[in-house]
Amino acid sequence: MFHIYCPHCCEYREEEEFHASGQAHISRPLDPDACTDKEWGEFMYFRANPRGIHHELWVHGAGCRKYFNITRHTQTYEILEVYKVGEKPSIVANEAK
Amino acid sequence: MQHYSGFGLLKHSFSHHENWQRVWRNPTPKKKYDVIIVGGGGHGLATAYYLAKEFGVTNVAVIEKGFLGGGNTARNTTIVRSNYLWDEAAHLYEHAMKLWEGLSQDLNYNVMFSQRGCLNLGHTLQDMRDIERRVNANRLNGIDGEVLDAQQVQEIVPVLDCSDRARYPVMGASWQPRAGVARHDAVAWGFARGADAHGVDLIQQTEVEDLIIEDGTVVGVRTARYGEIRADKVGCVVAGNSSVLAKMGGFELPLESHPLQALVSEPIKPILDTVVMSNQVHGYASQSDKGDLVIGAGIDGYTGYGQRGSYSTIEHTIQAIVEMFPVFSRVRMNRQWGGIVDTCPDACPIISETPVKNLFFNCGWGTGGFKATPGSGHVFAASLAKGEMHPLAKPFSMFRFHNGALVDEHGAAGVAH
Repeated sequence: MFHIYCPHCCEYREEEEFHASGQAHISRPLDPDACTDKEWGEFMYFRANPRGIHHELWVHGAGCRKYFNITRHTQTYEILEVYKVGEKPSIVANEAK
Repeated sequence: MQHYSGFGLLKHSFSHHENWQRVWRNPTPKKKYDVIIVGGGGHGLATAYYLAKEFGVTNVAVIEKGFLGGGNTARNTTIVRSNYLWDEAAHLYEHAMKLWEGLSQDLNYNVMFSQRGCLNLGHTLQDMRDIERRVNANRLNGIDGEVLDAQQVQEIVPVLDCSDRARYPVMGASWQPRAGVARHDAVAWGFARGADAHGVDLIQQTEVEDLIIEDGTVVGVRTARYGEIRADKVGCVVAGNSSVLAKMGGFELPLESHPLQALVSEPIKPILDTVVMSNQVHGYASQSDKGDLVIGAGIDGYTGYGQRGSYSTIEHTIQAIVEMFPVFSRVRMNRQWGGIVDTCPDACPIISETPVKNLFFNCGWGTGGFKATPGSGHVFAASLAKGEMHPLAKPFSMFRFHNGALVDEHGAAGVAH
């Protein structure tokens, strides 16, 4: 059970109030008609699925109903950072490869 | 390989069962194999078994980071069925079902496959329409199925609350009599024993740290314990860790790894002799031969590799079970665990070639891989042996997410999707 800090409510609340909405920082292609099938397919379906540090979008569904981002470790489940949509994470994974 | 039989059991009882042959060897790997299978779970072991037995490729190694069948094979709820909606998926799962039906004899190992039937309950008018559509599609594909009304469901499962008093009254169900359960560990052990007998090397406690790729072609794997092991072809069957291995190959997969939890109750006397699933109330249950209720429901919504999930998910699962079976409200839960399931956007697997030559992936089974174990192994082995995808595997290419030919099985994938 996560104890999540909502940056909009400025409070810690239990996980059940929230809903995970998948990978954060996915931007819709600016000109979808110009995308190849591969580019569009990757935008639609291909997701970073790291074992380690991951940036994800959550919504405070049973609270303020606003979206925000969480940086979380997917092995230890530790929440490393919470930040608003539009902000940049300060903790990022070291891309060795 | 020592043949198992009733007579053998009697014979070994005279020597106090101390002289049974070891079930498989524990070999040191060779420098080079024809095929390396990464991942020693049910699907990987089945692949190795069929490669050696049916396709004559015996110079095979299965490389497993932990112990055989220690991942999702040991963590699932053992349900086997083939009542999927779309032709592509129905053919694949029915292929598996037909192999299940002769598996214990084929392996000379009792996988305790029990065709006790499976009910998928409907609680709304739309549920019932979907059930009718799916059952009709199944029958056109030669898969057994019936649409039952609430009274017929009640006759099959007397302890199920089919009354009007239920919060979500049961309106009917789809019924697949050939569905059932199997003993999950025995499946892994049976395939492992069979593969080993045909000369496959089962390499345990050996984690693959990297794939060796030369000029866009995979030529082997690098392990911490044995260094480089070369191979002509590499097949990855690593479920929840598929994305991690794909990254070693330099590409991404359309997968997300989620925790999926299950739990068992204390053993109780026989009360439930079939499998009951409900998409709407969102839970499913069966009873094992030992007497414990085997219970599961949906995945945890976030991604995770930790083989554990949140308490609230278990709470919802139990709420669903008590809603369906008020009689179980006092049963205490004994154990709870989680596995990592690699879910695909269309709830169908990926059995596919990859951007790297000679590297093949069998993954994305999500929450329902156990039922497909022999079929998945069989078609993947055929594909590896020929270097070309088996006809049943072709619709499940990873490139379907580029061309849009998805096989949307969210309806029939059951509760957990």
